[in-house]
Amino acid sequence: MSFKDTFLNGEQGMFKPASLTPMQKLVLRFIVVGLLFYGFAVIEGMIMRIYQIEPISAITDYQYFAILTAHPLVGIFGSTYSLVFGAFLFLVPFLMKKPLWSVKLGNWTFILITVGTLTFWLAGFITHYAPLYTLYWPLPADFTQFSPIGGVFFITGIALVMVGAVFFVINVFKTITYTPDGWDKQPSGALMASAIGYEGLRNLFKKKEKRKEHLVSLPVAAIARGTVDVALNAGIILFTGVLILVYLVSHLFGTDLKDTAVDALLYKNWFWWGLDLIADGLVLIFVAGTWYLLAMMITGKKLFMQNIARAALLVELIVSWTVWSHHLLSDQAQPGFLKIVSGELVTAFELITQGLAFFITLATLWKAKPLKMTNELKFLLGGLLGFALAVPAGIMQADIGLNRILHNTQWIIGPHVHVAILVGLTMTLYSAIYILLPIVTNGAKLYSQKLANFHFWAHLIGGIGMGAFMGMAGLEGMLRRTIYFNGEFNLYMVLAGICGGLLLLAFLAFFYNIVMTVGLKGVIGIFTPSKLNEKDLLPVEEK
Amino acid sequence: MVDSQIVLWGQTIAYTSYALVIILLMAWFGLKITKAGKSNKVSNTFFYSFVGFLVVLGVSLHIVTYNTIPWASMDLNRDDIKPDKVFNITMENHQFILPSDRLIIKEGEKALFDVTSNDLTYGFGVFRSDNSMIFQMQVVPGHRNDILWQFEKPGVYTIRSTEYSGPKGAQMILKDVVEVKAQ
Repeated sequence: MSFKDTFLNGEQGMFKPASLTPMQKLVLRFIVVGLLFYGFAVIEGMIMRIYQIEPISAITDYQYFAILTAHPLVGIFGSTYSLVFGAFLFLVPFLMKKPLWSVKLGNWTFILITVGTLTFWLAGFITHYAPLYTLYWPLPADFTQFSPIGGVFFITGIALVMVGAVFFVINVFKTITYTPDGWDKQPSGALMASAIGYEGLRNLFKKKEKRKEHLVSLPVAAIARGTVDVALNAGIILFTGVLILVYLVSHLFGTDLKDTAVDALLYKNWFWWGLDLIADGLVLIFVAGTWYLLAMMITGKKLFMQNIARAALLVELIVSWTVWSHHLLSDQAQPGFLKIVSGELVTAFELITQGLAFFITLATLWKAKPLKMTNELKFLLGGLLGFALAVPAGIMQADIGLNRILHNTQWIIGPHVHVAILVGLTMTLYSAIYILLPIVTNGAKLYSQKLANFHFWAHLIGGIGMGAFMGMAGLEGMLRRTIYFNGEFNLYMVLAGICGGLLLLAFLAFFYNIVMTVGLKGVIGIFTPSKLNEKDLLPVEEK
Repeated sequence: MVDSQIVLWGQTIAYTSYALVIILLMAWFGLKITKAGKSNKVSNTFFYSFVGFLVVLGVSLHIVTYNTIPWASMDLNRDDIKPDKVFNITMENHQFILPSDRLIIKEGEKALFDVTSNDLTYGFGVFRSDNSMIFQMQVVPGHRNDILWQFEKPGVYTIRSTEYSGPKGAQMILKDVVEVKAQ
């Protein structure tokens, strides 16, 4: 095939959008939009990397901080939520062998996340509303620095994403528990108890012969438990959004409410409790569940120590509700017992739960050797390495002594956050994309294995390298969330910038590879309505 | 008291060593699982030993740091320690308001920095002339933000806000305003 033919029709013309079911189209829409927002986040990241080397005169400091505000939110909500929600809305029915409860609600989740992300991104871009994702009180309502109209649009965008997340939660739990037309009545309560871990917990206190079997598979249990944190997080962020909106709208109507009416420390505790349900909750639970599923799919074998793995997912869920105080170790008014118990001791449990998931996944692969080094396997190993590097870095900073000299430095955002997200989470998601691609495209052929190999190495080296150089700068005192105007840490920032460039090249190679795999007509076809039955996950002949 | 730079060196060595080992381990694992041969058994004893190792590591890290990083215990018990010097500092409108132009401390003295914010959440950090950090804390409005510190080396240090408080916050730097004099 000529280049033009491949570009228009995909590799060997094997991708036929007309053959896709509504569910396949839904997951592919999530993937396309998730990757586009990932591209946004990478470009924003590169602008900031250059700015850290030398402030760019065309970009004001207000615009820089607006980019810094949008960057993590576009990355997490626009990209990761899209990819994860899309994959799980497909995988829950796929693994439970029943239709999704509501394809319509799934489409609404897609629309709300896309529109919401574009709304808050545009609000930041146009008005430079920049209170950062942390929104430390009373900064979001500081009208001497920020436009209240920008704030209204920004918060509305975030709220739209959260409503989309709530729809995802409803869809996941309804799919697990409902009875499809023509089926025998499903035991909704028992399915829910198994999914969230209540039945497993009860089994611990029962004699062996009286223990009930798990009604849902381990990956579905992982999705359900992570989804509990999605629900709680959406509630916290929506409530906080309404609080901020009250101040913004009041100001627009000429009444300035007293910002001291909200206790800044209580607010910080409340907000970090909610935010940690993402960083230390649903991300870790979803990732562990995805590792288990990938290991089982790659090897075709049962998971090593699967009962322990299931129990660890429940422990992780409970841990995620009680770790938030490690973000407040440098807040001197924070009670000491919260710093020690929640900030240090409970946080250390993440080393154990994530370490277990790491070991169990590796042991499952090891038992099945020899394995072929496929794209999904190499990206899975990359994802495991990412968390193996990032979790201990996080545990170190969650220490009262070390936090005093690490908090808000580049150490936090480099070796911990970026290595966890870019190497750990993103490589896990890439592994899932590579393994799901033939399933959701009815066998489309990957355009270039060489590009896939380049994508892997450039992403791995770029991600670890960028985190490492940011970390070195952090250990030498470089702060995050600020601007250095005199090139104080230039050597590290140049090296981090080069690694960031590798990440950008990796993404471009991957994106080009995917576009050439499905073709331009294929990409457009993903967004046209499917004529097939929406109750079918895969085309009937593919089953 | 151990200098914060020594603690950071210790951390750098420990984490870098760990990072190199885990990268090499994963590379070895990746090579090994693709080699032909019989599939290997993973013993339960190995698994439970690993779990035990993680538990010991998770708990012992904080016990070790509490007993080796001197400011950790001093921070938690600061209400019971009498400071040699107290500096009341206010932060407002993206400005530091110091009690005097220079904060002068003698080497080895315990100085208490009591910082109040009248508007936003800020940070309060003290830095060496090479931009490396000695310590920092958050400054939250409506609450007491105090930190007790014992300076071990004479020198001149810079104060800088360590928390984002809007774009104006990036300029919150007071150069060379803390002076630690030799005994």
